[in-house]
Amino acid sequence: MNKNKSEFIISRKDNQYEVVIGLEVHAQVTSDSKLFSTSSTKFGAEPNTQVSLVDAAFPGMLPVINEFCVKQAIKTGIGLKAKINKRSVFDRKNYFYADLPQGYQISQFKHPIVGEGKVILDMPDGQKEVGIERLHLEQDAGKSIHDLDPQNTFVDLNRSGVALMEIVSKPDLRSPDEVNVYIKKLRSIMRYLGTCDGNMQEGSLRADVNVSVRTKGSKDLGTRCEIKNVNSIKFMQMAIEYEANRQVDLIEDGKKIDQETRLFDTKKNETRSMRSKEDAHDYRYFPDPDLLPLEVSDEFITKLESNIPELPDEKKKRFIDKFNLSPYEATILVSDIETSKYFEDVIKNSDVKLATNWIIGELFAVLNDKNLEITQSPISAKNLSKLINLIKDGTISGKIAKTIFELMLDGDKDPQKIVKEKGLKQESDPKALEALIDKVIDNNREKAIEYKSGKEKLFGFFVGQVMKVSGGKANPQLVNEILKKKL
Amino acid sequence: MSDITKQTLSELVENVKNKKLSSEEITKAFIQRSEKSKNLNTYITENYLDALDKAKKFDKNPNMNLKLPGIPIAVKDLFCTKDIRTTAGSKILDNFFPTYESTVTQNIWNEGAILLGKLNCDEFAMGSSNETSFFGNVQNPIDKNLVPGGSSGGSAAALAGQLTPVTIGTDTGGSIRQPASFTGTVGLKPTYGSCSRYGIVAFASSLDQAGPMAQNVKDCALLQEVISSYDSKDSTSIDFKRNEYSKELTNNIKGKKIGIPKEYRVEGMPKEIEELWQKGIQYAKDCGAEIINISLPNTNYALPTYYIVAPAEASSNLARYDGVKYGFRAKGKNLIDMYEKTRSEGFGAEVQRRIMIGTYVLSSGYYDAYYLKAQKVRKLIKNDFDEAYKKVDAILTPSTPSSAFKIGEKKDDPVSMYLNDIFTVPVNLAGLPGISIPAGHDSKGYPLGLQIIGKAFDEQNILNIAYSMEEKINFKNKITDWWIK
Repeated sequence: MNKNKSEFIISRKDNQYEVVIGLEVHAQVTSDSKLFSTSSTKFGAEPNTQVSLVDAAFPGMLPVINEFCVKQAIKTGIGLKAKINKRSVFDRKNYFYADLPQGYQISQFKHPIVGEGKVILDMPDGQKEVGIERLHLEQDAGKSIHDLDPQNTFVDLNRSGVALMEIVSKPDLRSPDEVNVYIKKLRSIMRYLGTCDGNMQEGSLRADVNVSVRTKGSKDLGTRCEIKNVNSIKFMQMAIEYEANRQVDLIEDGKKIDQETRLFDTKKNETRSMRSKEDAHDYRYFPDPDLLPLEVSDEFITKLESNIPELPDEKKKRFIDKFNLSPYEATILVSDIETSKYFEDVIKNSDVKLATNWIIGELFAVLNDKNLEITQSPISAKNLSKLINLIKDGTISGKIAKTIFELMLDGDKDPQKIVKEKGLKQESDPKALEALIDKVIDNNREKAIEYKSGKEKLFGFFVGQVMKVSGGKANPQLVNEILKKKL
Repeated sequence: MSDITKQTLSELVENVKNKKLSSEEITKAFIQRSEKSKNLNTYITENYLDALDKAKKFDKNPNMNLKLPGIPIAVKDLFCTKDIRTTAGSKILDNFFPTYESTVTQNIWNEGAILLGKLNCDEFAMGSSNETSFFGNVQNPIDKNLVPGGSSGGSAAALAGQLTPVTIGTDTGGSIRQPASFTGTVGLKPTYGSCSRYGIVAFASSLDQAGPMAQNVKDCALLQEVISSYDSKDSTSIDFKRNEYSKELTNNIKGKKIGIPKEYRVEGMPKEIEELWQKGIQYAKDCGAEIINISLPNTNYALPTYYIVAPAEASSNLARYDGVKYGFRAKGKNLIDMYEKTRSEGFGAEVQRRIMIGTYVLSSGYYDAYYLKAQKVRKLIKNDFDEAYKKVDAILTPSTPSSAFKIGEKKDDPVSMYLNDIFTVPVNLAGLPGISIPAGHDSKGYPLGLQIIGKAFDEQNILNIAYSMEEKINFKNKITDWWIK
């Protein structure tokens, strides 16, 4: 079951502290080309092969907004049940760095494209709503590579200008586990929408984590520290735990928490000060004069709304209402769009209850074991539904099905063929079964007498014997019925 | 044919089309005169050999349907030209060769023009005298002690000195109109969004506009119709119906209402300027225009507003010149040290001054008091014009508060230098078209210009008024060729 905790309490002597967390998630927009140029965004290309004159900030080059990225941001906003701002403004965030060719990042500061929204988290003790403050579009910077040469830094501008959505949550999260569920839910929504692939290894999803602590029950917010650019859920959780404890220790020692930006050192598992509030950059935001305010019509938004696919919350409700799934089962099956697709493919032609059990049980065990995504499942939805039908119509028993399932793993074999080839068809002919059972009773006369004299536990023994003699193929239900009569 | 370089653009085009002149003859003539005029220091980069090649090619297979058939033209060195050095008058781009062409220059090549060379200008177009150029100041063909104005000073001097039949400049606060006024030539700053900014080294993005400079209004109209185009590569380019300005040019401006803004009668303005203005009013009346007194109440705030907005944008636009990717790089101990040295050595004093001002006005704590307030005032200035244009079709003012000043005279006094833009900056702040035409001489014999400001997208109207007044003014530029030995 879901073991995620909604609360993270740090106790020191007589004091109890809770942690308050807000996230700024940077999600790379799924788009073939960059936010303001036509260069490719493909991951893993040779350094500096996907760089246009605009991305490298050559003199006289001008940004032109990529309409597709705007659509993607609005779709994400709709998925976050958020207000879409019909007018938004691109600003320049000015700072110098070698991998920032323009000397500024084009972002949205005062007028983001998406306003307040919400994300629903399924926690063990019920649902929790996390507020979204805003979502805005911005350019990614390039990459500085410091470890290729002892003297020089290398710069790769392939990422320069790639579209990011910065999704800012309200400080509504209260535990590392909630952060885990929040990120996964956010990722799930964006994957459903096709607006961000959420691939953390490739840097498509990263977050700045704002952490503060306060006495449990207090309504005031403590001084927060921002942990920059954490790129895995596990690291986010570790960083929060470390940071919350650090802050509590400071308070307990009667010291002040400085508002500052910190880095998480994944090797030492600690956060370290990067710069204090006093040293904070003055980004000198101002509206980018190369770009007009971005205005979208009601019609433009309505058209996007009408093409929004069923999202996890709605799908979950449908699975519960229509298929009678438990909230737990539904949550698991909708958590990832590919899983839900697989499930819906399987149940197109087979029993829902069996399908649910087989996917959540056997299939997930295999995927976990082999560290595979559902899209890499060794068994196709088509063949799993065939297997389920073989069980349902009594051709095979559940036990045999497990054997067949194991065999199917090797090359997605058709279960019907396996049944045929290996002769695993369940024996459901009553006459044949009667003969078998007679034989078993004959061979175990003494036990039969014991059973008749009241030792009813022995029934199981007889079932076992019959199954053994039949090579596991006897229909267990029929065996039960006939045995009862015969004994 | 003698005196090729004295001919107007329209005459040259006519002569090419009638096969009286070849592109090669014209190109040679301008090259020869340019070669003899090196001491004006108008060129930063010469493109003579390539120009001759292209002229010969044109003559072999001439296309007489083009608007600028085989016409050699030198342009301000702020336009990126493919494979030809583009410096913006700065050391920091001294060795920069673009791999791309600005839309505006591409438009003139598409109509058959040939690049003669790249003309001197104030560094990053920041200046009113061409004295901030890394490549040295330019002498005004009117008088060797005079600045040609700026920032399109090299362009104005080359045009007045007949080293190019027409030229293209850029105008952020007066950089076409003021040098035109100082050299006795015609210069148009088009409506913001008329000419693409793609490929033009940016100074202040919300104010920058390319525009034509010519010996007369007709040539100016012809060049404007070639360079103005909608361009999807510039998000601030505006898709509106562009006239064939030269074809639709008329000297009939009867009944046109021309506004005279009282706020342009600034304190300390020389009597000669007031007299010129009055003469201009009379010319306009003679042309049949109706003169109406108007008020542009926020004019006083235009210059301070401009000197907040323009440096703010410039401070950000020039951040890309950091020594990392292209252009000049100084050696440094580390990244920050390299930045500091590159930018200290690569930028001149005026550019650094404006970067400092711009950085300051955008800084947190000052943003609201300066940048934000300036944007609000900018809106008020635009509203002033909108109000005025309910009553009038165009506005007539002097182009500058004085004639050309002496080289070195204002170099160390930036505020007095900035005051030179007092009549031109409101037009940029409001995004309107404005044209400067030569209208007379002061007591020293230096040319003086009048400015006609139009409604947005109404270039045709101000060109017509200028064309009509030009006839009445009958200005003759006093060029003595003193620099040719």
